[in-house]
Amino acid sequence: MEVQTHSGNLVMNTATMAYRNLLKTVHNPDRFMDVIVQPVLFMLMFGYLFGGAIAGGVKAYLPIIVPGILVQTMLSAASGSGAQIREDLDSGVFDRFKSLPMAHVAPLAGQLFADSLRLFIATITSLTTGYVMGWRPTAGLGWVVVSGLLAIFTGWALSWLFALLGLLAKSAATVQSFSTMTMLVLSFVSNAFVPLSSLSKPLQFIAHLNPVTYVITAIRQILATGSWTPEAWLVLAFGIGVVVIFAPLTVWAYDRN
Amino acid sequence: MSAIHAIEVRHLSKRFGQKMVVDDLSFNVRQGEVFGLLGPNGAGKTTTLRMLTTLLKADAGQVKIFGHDTVKEGRLARSMFGLTGQYASVDEDISARENLMIFARLNGLSRAAAKQRTAELLADFSLADSADKALANFSGGMRRRLDLAVSLITRPALIFLDEPTTGLDPRTRTQMWATIRGLVKQGSTIVLTTQYLDEADQLADRLAVIDHGRLVKMGTPAELKQQVGGTQLAFTVSQGAQVARAVKLVAAQVAGTVQQTGQRLSVRLTQLAQLPLILAALDQAKILIDHLSVQEPSLDDVFMDLTIGQN
Repeated sequence: MEVQTHSGNLVMNTATMAYRNLLKTVHNPDRFMDVIVQPVLFMLMFGYLFGGAIAGGVKAYLPIIVPGILVQTMLSAASGSGAQIREDLDSGVFDRFKSLPMAHVAPLAGQLFADSLRLFIATITSLTTGYVMGWRPTAGLGWVVVSGLLAIFTGWALSWLFALLGLLAKSAATVQSFSTMTMLVLSFVSNAFVPLSSLSKPLQFIAHLNPVTYVITAIRQILATGSWTPEAWLVLAFGIGVVVIFAPLTVWAYDRN
Repeated sequence: MSAIHAIEVRHLSKRFGQKMVVDDLSFNVRQGEVFGLLGPNGAGKTTTLRMLTTLLKADAGQVKIFGHDTVKEGRLARSMFGLTGQYASVDEDISARENLMIFARLNGLSRAAAKQRTAELLADFSLADSADKALANFSGGMRRRLDLAVSLITRPALIFLDEPTTGLDPRTRTQMWATIRGLVKQGSTIVLTTQYLDEADQLADRLAVIDHGRLVKMGTPAELKQQVGGTQLAFTVSQGAQVARAVKLVAAQVAGTVQQTGQRLSVRLTQLAQLPLILAALDQAKILIDHLSVQEPSLDDVFMDLTIGQN
């Protein structure tokens, strides 16, 4: 009566775990709220409220704000990973995962793969909302896709960082509030919504230290010039650096848990 | 076959801060038996179980599952047992069928095999009708059944059940017991923790009583009961005036002391043969009695006798 099993394999286990996370989202569509509602709402509010004041009109403001809100949404989607991982760890299901003869990091890897879908949806929503509001990037569709992919990769890299936070934090609520705060500060103290020259000197200094500023600049340049700029290389390298440093740390924290 | 124990535990210890939660525990679980870990709240039952199932690292000691060391051959050992935790460890956000499918896949079943096994288990545990409903609408009993079904996906030879009926109503509990007995009939070895003495009495072939992380006693329920001492005889003397004489008469027949509360007397018999002698003596002295009860010691007595509590 033995049931035939093959030994756990990382790729298959991760795929199953990613599938599980997707199922959870499908059953609870409100998990997509932050990546769908938030960019639409922000795009509309900021565009129509501040467009006139900052850029002299909605249309002129869109090239500034579309990349800004795209990156802000990536940040917020990535920061959701931490809370979800913590929530999962605190539920009884994780005990079962751990007692199964499966690849040890599969639950973590599955979560991060499923998260890239959230990032993808966030990107589509942000760019589409911009388009509907009248945003017409000078670079072609190909470069829009490139900038979207760069944003997704950056968000995915950052989700490792937030996952680490989730693993180290005491409760899901702690992760949630910390992530929201980080997201707000990083996205607002940058060039996401206003030109840096309009800021006071100390604030400019901080915004220049903020990696979000560089990501937004890179995406704006790609969309404006239709070319892969040094700024884009820098952001790509930054993203790879984050993954290289934080992926092992996150796996370590996960093992320790 | 029987040479290999289902579980071999040697000098298992675990410390949380200053407190020894599990203190030098050693025991064997034979193949095909139901082994109960009995103890008050906080005695270290669950901690022990978590170490046996590789969820928690032991500070010292060794655990072997069917001869495989849980540290050195962790994955192999993990493939040999199923675990049902104290709280239903199923995914709340997805349906029963999806839970079974995902856990079957994670257990290494092919898609087709997983599908088939899922259908079997849904039928076996009477969950087929609610298979695609959200778990949020499941009763506690259904959740437990699903939880147990998930543990049985690979038909493990060894099943760990951590307080399998805590929080269930009496009917569901009886159903759960029937399910567990069914598993035993199919040849599974079962390790269960419980704080319900009737549950241990009903199900377990052997019991280990644990208190303050230490193994206090081990044996069959009958052996443990015998240790606590003999049968308890109790009766009420009908007329208050005869109580004092009755106490004297009974005390003359048994070695132990006679306990008296009002007109009710109780005494522990060392052997059942003392019973007719006591009754004859009372009859001869024309002392009328009623509400006579003769009670075998229960596991409750064992529990009270062996554990100190205050955890």
